[in-house]
Amino acid sequence: MRPEAGRPEAGRGENSAETIPIRTGADVSRVRRSVATAMAVIGASRIETTRMVTAASELARNTLDYGGGGEVLIAVVGRMTRRKVELVFTDHGPGISDMSKALTDGYSTGGGLGLGLSGARRLCKEFEIRSVPGEGTVVKVASWTERP
Amino acid sequence: MTHFLEPNRIPIFQIGDCLLLTIQVDLEDRMIMTLKDDLAERIAKTHAKGVLIDISALDVVDSFIGRMLANISAIARILDAATVIVGMRPAVAITLVELGMSLQGVRTALDVDRGMELIRRESSEGAERLHEA
Repeated sequence: MRPEAGRPEAGRGENSAETIPIRTGADVSRVRRSVATAMAVIGASRIETTRMVTAASELARNTLDYGGGGEVLIAVVGRMTRRKVELVFTDHGPGISDMSKALTDGYSTGGGLGLGLSGARRLCKEFEIRSVPGEGTVVKVASWTERP
Repeated sequence: MTHFLEPNRIPIFQIGDCLLLTIQVDLEDRMIMTLKDDLAERIAKTHAKGVLIDISALDVVDSFIGRMLANISAIARILDAATVIVGMRPAVAITLVELGMSLQGVRTALDVDRGMELIRRESSEGAERLHEA
C-alpha cells in the first residue's frame, strides 16, 4: 500500500502535489486512488469525491487512449476553507483539431462513448482545456467542497 | 473449477438458474475481457436464465465500466439471460447520470434478493408466454 493511500483527517492535511505518469490501465487506477485521497484531504463529501474521481478516471483514460500516454499533476491548493483539488493532465499526442466537436456528448474519434471530455466538464467545478494539433493536450480541472 | 481461484479472474457463482458475480476490484481492461468470455461460456453451459452483477463494492463507475456493464448485459440477452445490476451506491447513480450514461437497457435492483426476484418473475413470465403460444 502506498503511504498517501491513508485517510487523513478531513480538512486538516497539508497542501501537497504529486505527479503520476499515465502509461497503462493500472496507472488510471492509481490516478483514481490518489484523487480520492486528495478529496479526503480537503474534507469533500462522498458525492463530491465520486464526481471528481469519476472525472479524473475519464480524463486519465483519454490521456492514455487518445494522447498516447502522459501524466497528471494532482495538487491540493489554497488555504483553510478555500482549499481545492486541482488536476492537470498533459499529453504530447496528436492534439484535438476540432475542440467544439470533442466537447460534444457522443462524439468520439476512437471506440469510446464520447462522454469523457463532456462528462468530465459537467462533473468538475472548473474545467479548462488547451490543445495544439501535433503537439498535445492539457486539461486542467478543479473541485472543492461545499461542506461548511 | 480451479480457474475460479485465479487472482486475475472474477469468480462466477451459480445459484439455481442464476449466475452471480461480485465486482470488488478496480477492474483493468484485461480482466474485463476475461470476464466477458467466462460469463458467455457459463451462460451457454448452465442455461442460466439470469445474471446478477453486484457492484456494491465499487465507489466509482466511469464510462468505461458503464460500457462494460452494458456490453455484458447485451451479450447475456442474446444468450437468453436477463442481467440485473445490483447494489449501486447512490453517489455512483448520481454521477453516472451527470456523466451522461443512463445505462439504458440495463436493469437494476437495490440488492441481490430483489435482483433474484426480478429474474425469477421474468423467466416465469417468459415461460408462460411460451406456453400460451
